[in-house]
Amino acid sequence: MRAPARTELLAGWGRVPASASRVLRPGSVAELEDLLTHRDGSRPVIARGLGRSYGDAAQCAGGVALDCSGLNKILELDVTKPQVRAEAGVSLDELLRVLVPKGLFPPVTPGTRFVTLGGAIASDIHGKNHHLDGTIGRHLDYLRVATPGGPVECGPGQRSEVFSATCGGMGLTGIVTEAVLRLLRIETSSMLVDTERAADLDACMARLSEDEGRYRYSVAWVDGLSGGRHLGRSVLTRANHAFLAELPAKARHDPLRLELRKPLGVPAAPPISLLGPATVAAFNELWYRRAPRHRAGELVPLARFFYPLDGVAGWNLLYGPRGFTQYQFVVPLGEEATVRLVLERLSRARTASFLAVLKRFGAQGSGHLSFPRMGWTLALDVPLGSGGTAALLDGLDELVVSAGGRVYLSKDGRLRPEMMAAMYPRLVDWLEVRTRLDPEGVLSSDLARRLGLDGLRRFAAANVQA
Amino acid sequence: MIDATGMPQTAVVIGGSSQIARDTLLLLADRRLRSVVLAGRGGAALEATAVELRARGVEEVMTRYLDVTDTDRLDAFAKATTCELDTIDLLLVAAGDLGTSEIDALDAKTVSRTVVTNFAGPAAAIAAFLGTLRAQGAGRIVILSSVAGVRVRKANFVYGAAKAGIDGFALGLADALVGTGVEVTVVRPGFVRTKMTSGLKPAPFTVESSAVAEAIVEGLETRAPVIWVPPVFRAVFALVRLFPRALWRKIPG
Repeated sequence: MRAPARTELLAGWGRVPASASRVLRPGSVAELEDLLTHRDGSRPVIARGLGRSYGDAAQCAGGVALDCSGLNKILELDVTKPQVRAEAGVSLDELLRVLVPKGLFPPVTPGTRFVTLGGAIASDIHGKNHHLDGTIGRHLDYLRVATPGGPVECGPGQRSEVFSATCGGMGLTGIVTEAVLRLLRIETSSMLVDTERAADLDACMARLSEDEGRYRYSVAWVDGLSGGRHLGRSVLTRANHAFLAELPAKARHDPLRLELRKPLGVPAAPPISLLGPATVAAFNELWYRRAPRHRAGELVPLARFFYPLDGVAGWNLLYGPRGFTQYQFVVPLGEEATVRLVLERLSRARTASFLAVLKRFGAQGSGHLSFPRMGWTLALDVPLGSGGTAALLDGLDELVVSAGGRVYLSKDGRLRPEMMAAMYPRLVDWLEVRTRLDPEGVLSSDLARRLGLDGLRRFAAANVQA
Repeated sequence: MIDATGMPQTAVVIGGSSQIARDTLLLLADRRLRSVVLAGRGGAALEATAVELRARGVEEVMTRYLDVTDTDRLDAFAKATTCELDTIDLLLVAAGDLGTSEIDALDAKTVSRTVVTNFAGPAAAIAAFLGTLRAQGAGRIVILSSVAGVRVRKANFVYGAAKAGIDGFALGLADALVGTGVEVTVVRPGFVRTKMTSGLKPAPFTVESSAVAEAIVEGLETRAPVIWVPPVFRAVFALVRLFPRALWRKIPG
C-alpha cells in the first residue's frame, strides 16, 4: 500500500531556495520502481535522501520528492573482497557502524556522515583522498537504477554510459536503488594526523603539492576572511589510517572501536544569522592561533577527523533564515591565480565564510557531470540574503569558467544555465543518455529546471554555447 | 526557477507599461530573466520595453493587452499565461493610476475607477494566478503599494485608500501563503518621478523609478517582505502614523 503524500516545503542544507513538493516515502525498492513506472498524473519526480546537498537538487516544486531514507537495508557484506551491497537509502552513518568494527571503511567519504549512498552516487562525491582515490564512482561495481521505463542495471563494465551518466547525474537519469561498493581495509579506527600552519596561500599550495603521495587524506582549512599578506593563511591537516602497531599498547586491545556521538543540536533556529563577519573573524583568528605550527603523528578518532561538523546537528541554522550557499569550484593546475583572486574578492567583500577548504584534486573520473577534475578546489560558505552577493558570485563564476574550471552542482543553488555547457563539457553525452532513459522528462528537480537540465529546449541552447 | 539568491528566470508583469516595472525587468534581465509576459494597456510602451528586454538577452518576451479593471477577463488571461510559461517565478503587479482626489472632481465614476485600478483590479489579477502559483509550489509575488497607503492623506486620499487596500491584501496574502513556497513582497515607494507623476510637484525624498527598481531587486535577494523606497520612509512613517489628525490634514500638497 502506498503511503499518503504530504505537501512539504523542502530546501537543501543551505535553506534556500525553498519550494513545496509532495513527499512520498516508498517502503521498498519494488514500490519505488512501481511509483516511477506507473505514475498517477504528470508530476515530475526527484529522489531525496538526507537533504544534505546545499541547494535545490533534491526538491521538485509542484512535483514529487521521493524520500528514499527508508530503503536502507544492507543486503550483503563480503569481508573477503571486501565489498558491500546495500540499498541506496542507507546512510554513511549506518554503514560506518557496520563496517568499521569489521576493519572496513568506505573508500570515499565526504565531510558529513549524514548522507545516503544514493545521494553520494548522484553527486559522485569526493573526499580528502581524491588525489589518490578519485570519487565514489571509481569504487562502484554495480548500480540498480529505477527509471520511468523500468529498472536498469549498470556498472563500469555494463551499460557503462548509463553508469557514467548516473554517477554525478544529480538523480536525473534515474533513482539509484541499490549499489555495490568496494571497501577499504583498515586496522584501526584512528587516524594518524600531521597538522601544520601555512602563513599564506602560496605556502599552503606548495605544501599541498609536495609529498602528495605520503598522505591518503590531505586538506587545508583556509581563513576566508583575512586578506592582504595573510590572504590564504591556513592549517593543513593530512592523515593516514593508523596501523595497529602505531597505537599505544593500551589501545591495541580494541583498535576498531567506533565512537559516533549523537550530535548536539542547535537549541532553536535563531531569527537572524549568528555568523556575521565579526563573529566569524574572531573564530577564524582563534582557530588559526590554536593550531600548532607543526605537529606530527597525532592519533585522532576517525569521526573527529572526517566529520568535525557532525558534532553539531543543524549547524546550518546558525546562518539564519536567509540561508547560505557553499561556493565550491575547481580550476586546473596552473590556475592558482584564480584561486587567489576568488579568495581576494570574498575576503574584500567581508563575506563571512567560516572556513574555506582547499584541496588538490587528482585525475577526473568517468562521470559525465562529475565535479572533480585535476586541479585545485576551494569550498567556502557564503551567507545569502544581503544585497550584492548574487552579483559577487556571478563574477566568481566568470573567473572560474575562464580558467577552465567549474562549480559543484551539489553545493549550488544559483548558477546560471548558460554556464553549464562551458563548465561541463560532457553535458552533451549526459543529455543523450538522460533523454534515452527518461524521454518524457519525468525525473526533474528545481536544480534541473533552473539549469535547463530537464528539457530539450535548453539542450539546443547548450549546443550553441559549446 | 527562482535561485538561492532570489533571482527569477520567468516573470509575468501586470501593468507592464509601468516605468518601475520596466526598470526592474531591465535589472533582472542582466541576472537570470529569460521569459517574460508583459501585460498592460499601453501597447506602445509594452513594445518598447519588450525591445529593450530582447536586446538584453531575454529569450522570450510576449506582450499582451490587459485591462485590470476588466476583472471578468483575468481568469482567462491567467490561464493562457500559465500555458505560455513553464513556471511563473515572479508575478510583478505594477498596475496603478493616481486618478483624482480633488474634492470637486469626485464622482462615482472617478472614485470607482481609481479604486478598481489600484486595488480591486490588481487584487483580482493576483487571485487569478493563485491557483497556478500554489500548484507550482514556488514563486514570488511583488506588489507595488505606496507610502500614500500607509497613512492616507487629503491630497490623494482616493489613491491612498486604494493603495492601503492593496497593501493590506498583500500582507494578509503573504501570511496565508506561508508554507506553500509562494512568497509575497510589498513595495512602498514615496514620490517617484515617472510618467504617472509628471506634472506634480515632487515631494520630500523624491526618487527616480530606477531607485525603486534597484530596491526591488535587492529586496528579492534579501527576501524582504516589505520594501520602503527610500529606506528612510520606514522610520519616517513610524512617526507619521502617530501624527494627530488635526496636524496631518495641514500637510500641504
